[in-house]
Amino acid sequence: MGDPQTIVEKIWNKHIVHQEENKPDLLYIDLHLVHEVTSPQAFEGLRMKGRTVRSPERTFATMDHNVPTIARHFISDPVSRKQMETLYENCQEFNIPLTDIHHPDQGIVHVIGPELGLTQPGKTIVCGDSHTSTHGAFGALAFGIGTSEVEHVLATQSIWQAKPKTMNVKVNGTLAPSITAKDLILAIIGKFGVRFGTGHVLEYTGEAIRGLSMEERMTICNMSIEAGARAGLISPDDTTIEYIRGRRHAPQGEEFEKAAASWKALATDPDAVYDAAVEIDASEVEPQVTWGINPGMCLPVSGNVPSPDSAKTGAEREEIERALEYMGLEANQPISSVPIQHVFIGSCTNSRLSDLERAAKIIEGKTVHEGVRAMVVPGSQSVKSAAEEKGLDKIFTAAGFEWRDAGCSMCLAMNDDIVPPGERCASTSNRNFEGRQGNGARTHLVAPEMAAAAAVEGHFVDVRSFFTSAV
Amino acid sequence: MIPIRQHEGLVYPLNRSNIDTDQIIPKQFLKRIERQGFGQFLFYNWRFDENEQPRVDFSLNEDRYQGATIMVAGENFGCGSSREHAPWALQDYGFLVIIAPSFADIFYSNCSKNGILPIRLKETEVQQLMKKAETPGYRLTADLEAQRVYDNEGFEASFEITSYMREMLLNGWDEISVTLTHEDKITQFEQQRS
Ligand code: SF4
Repeated sequence: MGDPQTIVEKIWNKHIVHQEENKPDLLYIDLHLVHEVTSPQAFEGLRMKGRTVRSPERTFATMDHNVPTIARHFISDPVSRKQMETLYENCQEFNIPLTDIHHPDQGIVHVIGPELGLTQPGKTIVCGDSHTSTHGAFGALAFGIGTSEVEHVLATQSIWQAKPKTMNVKVNGTLAPSITAKDLILAIIGKFGVRFGTGHVLEYTGEAIRGLSMEERMTICNMSIEAGARAGLISPDDTTIEYIRGRRHAPQGEEFEKAAASWKALATDPDAVYDAAVEIDASEVEPQVTWGINPGMCLPVSGNVPSPDSAKTGAEREEIERALEYMGLEANQPISSVPIQHVFIGSCTNSRLSDLERAAKIIEGKTVHEGVRAMVVPGSQSVKSAAEEKGLDKIFTAAGFEWRDAGCSMCLAMNDDIVPPGERCASTSNRNFEGRQGNGARTHLVAPEMAAAAAVEGHFVDVRSFFTSAV
Repeated sequence: MIPIRQHEGLVYPLNRSNIDTDQIIPKQFLKRIERQGFGQFLFYNWRFDENEQPRVDFSLNEDRYQGATIMVAGENFGCGSSREHAPWALQDYGFLVIIAPSFADIFYSNCSKNGILPIRLKETEVQQLMKKAETPGYRLTADLEAQRVYDNEGFEASFEITSYMREMLLNGWDEISVTLTHEDKITQFEQQRS
């Protein structure tokens, strides 16, 4: 046996196609996920050079970013329609499996990959989307790429990558009851900032991480990019293996047992050395709400919006002032006092069945506050039907929520699901950038339970008090 | 890809950090299937108001910065979404060199695939350039071969770039062609695994 290794090193070494001094490594890609927005120019590039797709069987496409989540039989915007048709034609031409808008498996690329069993430990996974880091929850090395790289992977099934540095993000202790994975990842980004992961692959370790379900782990890894890291992952364990067992694209029978043994062997060795490390205590984490214009600008729900006077540098002062102005907030205002007009439960961060179940528990038997427009957009059509089997759609609609078809929807507001200028949204998505949910829209990122509670109250409340007072 | 060796041009300072790709090119313009023509949408929500009129308070709209080809920005430039529409928009608008204390990983690599030179300088050097670029007509030269940035008033700074990226940009190589010279190795890799 050689030196102890991290999971990143193990996966990396197994995928090197070609190595040369002073060059990045040429890395083999096991799974390439494709969607309608970042792929058309890549396919066009192939055609212009007379190239083809090297491994259609390692490529999988879906429509998610720009799809309507209601009345799907006809896409009225001709430019959007053209984009969807283009993906359809490209997949036909190059033989790529596609879940189009009418397919029962259609959904957000980072929801359906795991759901279908395409996402597996040890795989190298890329997609023209920064939240590809989500798949790292399975112990895969998964990262977002640009369109030129999409074209490159289509043509060569490989990518030039410099070996990344590794960072251990150790989460000690356990989360308190009613505190979610979303609160944890927001707290991590709040504590260490939106740049701390730059140039690194984050590996989440520690007791609190081991205790999380696969869906919760996906929420954590999803937001690695919000910490500046291109990828984040978690070493596989029994939880990982049981999630994958029996899924459509997973190995079956004896093959599965063999695969499972090799997956477990990928876990980071004890005493493996990381290039950097940070630590956080899970038991300190409270329900989080973002107040500003990047995900690091977050607070416990009991907290007050910061004042520019608390800034340590001139640049930080300007940043706070800018954020307060854009968000329409006063310095030192309690975040719980802010009225909201929209609630969005969805996105690749928090739109899986367990997310919807937890939100439904809060909302059951209650009604959406007057003046609040609330919607649930399941992450995939399979999540949608599973939720409907459990009657969750009835709970949401009875409370006054809209119940939609699967897609990215109001996470990036490319389709018609838009927050109007100046209005405020409690959103379970991952980015609160200026204009993300619509020009002038004000986004507050929260966990699904917190979004549901805000829908009922019309402002942010500590979901824990909600539990005790509301029953 | 058009090679970039040495570039001399007018400098535009945008003194904000964490400028994300949603700001560089807002999502409503990502529906197009072409690669060209995104420059008109660059920083759209900052450049234009609700009535699609130029905002007078956004500096890129000022006369003194018309024709700028070098942008100087704050740290973590290009964070957020992986959309390559961001470098496409910057380039189509006319920017060929971006200088910042740090860049988001995906954006940085996307630049290099499009013949845009991303240059990391020290925070103090970036702040110096921000000041200098307040003067109308301030120009800089970025020399990729020498890995140097300088003006004719005595400012000079050197920068790091990997030799791989440097060669790509200097030669304007099509990366896929380079990779395909190793096609036998890819095939071999696939055969060994199956
Ligand atoms: S849900 Fe949002 S973050 Fe996730 S892939 Fe879609 S647009 Fe990106």
